[in-house]
Amino acid sequence: MGPTAPREDELLDGPVAGLTPAQSARHLAGDIAFNDEIFTPETGLGPVFVANSCGSCHPGDGKGHPFTTLIRFGHTDSLGQNEFDHGFQIQNRAIPGYEPEQLPEGTPFAKFTPPSNSGLGYLELVSDEDILGMAAANAKNPDGVRGHPNWNLLPGYVTPRPNSRRQGDRYITRFGKKGSVYNLFHQTVVAYNQDMGITSTFDPSDVYTLKSIDPEVSDRKVRDVVFYLQTLKAPIQRNPDDPAVLRGQQLFVQTGCESCHKQTLKTGYSPVAALANTEFHPYTDLLLHNMGPGLDDGYTEGSAGGAEWRTPPLWGLGLAQNSQGGQVYLMHDGRARSIREAIRMHGGEAASIQKRFEEMPAASQADVIAFLKSL
Amino acid sequence: MRNKLLPVCLLVATSVFGQVPVAVDTTSNAKMDALFGRDTTLHTPKDEKMNLDAAYNRPFLRTGKLPISIGGYVEANTQYANTDGVSEGLSFQMPRMTIFMAATINRRIKFLTEIEFEDGTKEINIEFASVDFQFNSLLNLRTGIVMNPIGSFNQNHDGPKWEFVDRPLSSTRIIPSTFSNVGFGLYGKKYTRNWVFAYEGYLTNGFDNSIIANTQNRTFLPAAKVNPNRFEESFNGVPLVTLKAAVKRRKFGEIGLSWMGGVYNKFRDDGLVLDQRRRVDVWAVDFNTVLPGSRTYLNGEFVWARVDVPSTYSQQFGRRQQGGWLDVVQPVLRGRMLGWNTATLNVAARLERVDYNVGTFNETNENIYDEIWSVVPAISFRPSPTTVIRANYRYQWDTDILGNPPARTATFQVGFSTYF
Repeated sequence: MGPTAPREDELLDGPVAGLTPAQSARHLAGDIAFNDEIFTPETGLGPVFVANSCGSCHPGDGKGHPFTTLIRFGHTDSLGQNEFDHGFQIQNRAIPGYEPEQLPEGTPFAKFTPPSNSGLGYLELVSDEDILGMAAANAKNPDGVRGHPNWNLLPGYVTPRPNSRRQGDRYITRFGKKGSVYNLFHQTVVAYNQDMGITSTFDPSDVYTLKSIDPEVSDRKVRDVVFYLQTLKAPIQRNPDDPAVLRGQQLFVQTGCESCHKQTLKTGYSPVAALANTEFHPYTDLLLHNMGPGLDDGYTEGSAGGAEWRTPPLWGLGLAQNSQGGQVYLMHDGRARSIREAIRMHGGEAASIQKRFEEMPAASQADVIAFLKSL
Repeated sequence: MRNKLLPVCLLVATSVFGQVPVAVDTTSNAKMDALFGRDTTLHTPKDEKMNLDAAYNRPFLRTGKLPISIGGYVEANTQYANTDGVSEGLSFQMPRMTIFMAATINRRIKFLTEIEFEDGTKEINIEFASVDFQFNSLLNLRTGIVMNPIGSFNQNHDGPKWEFVDRPLSSTRIIPSTFSNVGFGLYGKKYTRNWVFAYEGYLTNGFDNSIIANTQNRTFLPAAKVNPNRFEESFNGVPLVTLKAAVKRRKFGEIGLSWMGGVYNKFRDDGLVLDQRRRVDVWAVDFNTVLPGSRTYLNGEFVWARVDVPSTYSQQFGRRQQGGWLDVVQPVLRGRMLGWNTATLNVAARLERVDYNVGTFNETNENIYDEIWSVVPAISFRPSPTTVIRANYRYQWDTDILGNPPARTATFQVGFSTYF
């Protein structure tokens, strides 16, 4: 008489299999902090902000909606300095009585639609060595695909992993649309501060006054949210044995899409046994690629230029509409309203591959899209 | 005189079930008090009773010749809920126990209070505590903690009156039932041969900033109920106005129109201007009738709310809300059952909807959702008019703000509610 559970491959939320009971409890604590905790002015929201909870931007841990798109602005010079002194993100909403921030006139900016959270823990465990290896392998790519990691400065609260590669005082960063965030702890602290105006001991700077204030979220809660993100399961492919999906997968590789959207990566050591030393299938290389003038917003982050974007993982792509209100908003700012349209927007290093897709018979194109929807 | 009033008072006390046509069990309520049948708007036949009268329209017990009467109701239930295939198992609840006490201070001065214990002692509220001064039937002064007369449920909310375990969604999530505040106002009735007209108007303390700054992550008027200071002082110094007009056609039904409005935010403090004045306005239509022939009882309430949410705040908090519910109750068996002389078996259904956020997204111009639909088939057994044993099956669809596939929840509920 009651509703049945959706199939596991229809959901993006839920923990990786094999967590210990203690790890499950911590995952659950992070889940509650991430999805159920709503910040109000009394609990520290803002006073300027983009969203009032983590879950507002990542419904069901899936891709977000333009409603919670954030705006990054400015241009980082060669010394890593932003030419503007009021942060790098617009807080375009404000609690009553306050005015939200306005984009400085003439400033280059980019809009970022919130990404999916699923499988992030696996991506965090890809070694720098593997990332550099994928970049090196592109040196002779016949389609002109290159790619490089984002080398970026780290905030003081981020401790680099053992065996991290560095160039001077910069490290390889991998999360975010421009790949400028080092790890999920870094991402979580930034999101609390810049998206919700919630200070922590890690980043006590108030987004409105730019002065240090008391922490508005506990260290433990931040850590729990990080653990939650680390232990979210990877999306599960649907209909992997469907003939159209299998044909599409073959065409995806033959066409050259896999040059950037790598099918298989592997994790290194993790204290979470369920994540350690395993292969997974995210369809990304975690590298920055020049996507051409059509996607050049002029906004830069770390060593990512205006036209450079980190290859987004394609896993979970077919479930986008379940978290974007029945629609799809793809590419970094949601400008593509379908998978086909998103493919057509690929330029720069991907131009020749995109052209190859366009020259395919319609049936083959349909197979590729069927494959992408199965992810 | 008192003996003659007793049957009338029994009808008064059970007129809520008069909406569900059942006979009065005179044995189980033999001590029902006649106190409030005298010279007030309560001193009216059953077909003149309206939602306005609900506060006094309850069974009371009286001891000896003391001018004090007491009563109350209790409700408890068990439920098993399943949301998208995930259940937290079986749980047992005692959502509320309410005690009312009334006193006749003078022939035309009455006092009544209603104290509610919710979920054990998780919440203890004085829901109603007012003194009524009667000048004539058209002019009564009520002062104290009053129930704002918005819609019908807020005033007429006693558990034993309903065939459903859960209170109506729009009456508790848009209208913040049970919503009471300190204030005063006037009420009265005018009778003609076939019609009864009633009005109510109150000035009370009201809402606060929490209606758009709460952990529900939506505009949520009931958030203001959490502020206990509303019984001590107004949040902003501007009274909340509540007006209601209702008309009843004898032997046909009642329809009421109500409005509640005021400034909700603290726009100034200590002489400093903090914000502009921001209003909240709520309109409601309620109705009830018994269909002749089938004796089917129809009861419903529809509500619309408009809240001045700053344009620079999150669209998560809606500027317009709407919702409503319709109950259909059909007595199928009446008479002696299982040893009870005047038992009734009803089948019933409730259809209800809440739209927390009426509007479109600025970014996409697409519809904002954040809404609930639910349907609740029910069976109720009333061994006497003041007691109900009910079994409900609730199926509910909760759609998030973006319009993603709704969470579906099925809930089995079995419980009882009774006056005591």
